Amino acid sequence: MAIEVRIPTILRTYTDGAKQVEGTGATLGELIDDLEARHAGLGARLIDGGALRRFVNVYLNDEDVRFLSGLETPVKDGDTVTVLPAVAGG
Amino acid sequence: MLTISKDLHDKIVAHARKDHPDEACGVIAGPAGSDRPERFIPMENAERSPTFYRFDSQEQFRVWREMDDRDEEPVVIYHSHTATEAYPSRTDISYASEPNAHYVLVSTRSDDETEFRSYRILDGEVTEEPVHVPE
Repeated sequence: MAIEVRIPTILRTYTDGAKQVEGTGATLGELIDDLEARHAGLGARLIDGGALRRFVNVYLNDEDVRFLSGLETPVKDGDTVTVLPAVAGG
Repeated sequence: MLTISKDLHDKIVAHARKDHPDEACGVIAGPAGSDRPERFIPMENAERSPTFYRFDSQEQFRVWREMDDRDEEPVVIYHSHTATEAYPSRTDISYASEPNAHYVLVSTRSDDETEFRSYRILDGEVTEEPVHVPE
């Protein structure tokens, strides 16, 4: 078992085109470290200066992790984490 | 080139007019890979601002999952400018994150006429494209 991570089109260059990858960790932060180890460069697209990037949305199952505990949010086997770039502009 | 039906074109314009002077935003979904905008999805502008827009993150999650389940993709991502021309701003360019989408910009700065233009935005580069509305 592992945590399933859904990758948006724009970040699939880091996952050899895969729409979905797997990772492990006890918190979202650990999961992202694990993803970085497997897919070099992906972590930096999600985290900047120790925090989630402002214009990247990360969801645990169907909840935005900003409304949970951010990078400290506990994750477990069987969870699904979805990454979506925010749609924003001026 | 963006080919879009008159009906969908008019729905985008009506949404932009309704939310003026705040920016309006939304998506038109279509079958993945088809490049055909078909399903109109107006979105909440979580910023409720005349100078900025951002999709509400929870609404975006639901809409993106629904598209995924239906094997659709965001063919058009639209938003309005309410005081400036229908050209992507610097923030529009830096946050553009759907390489396959047509970015439609509508300007409601004039009461009589609505500018409606479409762009591809990829790696910080903007390319305007013609908009074709079949009669």
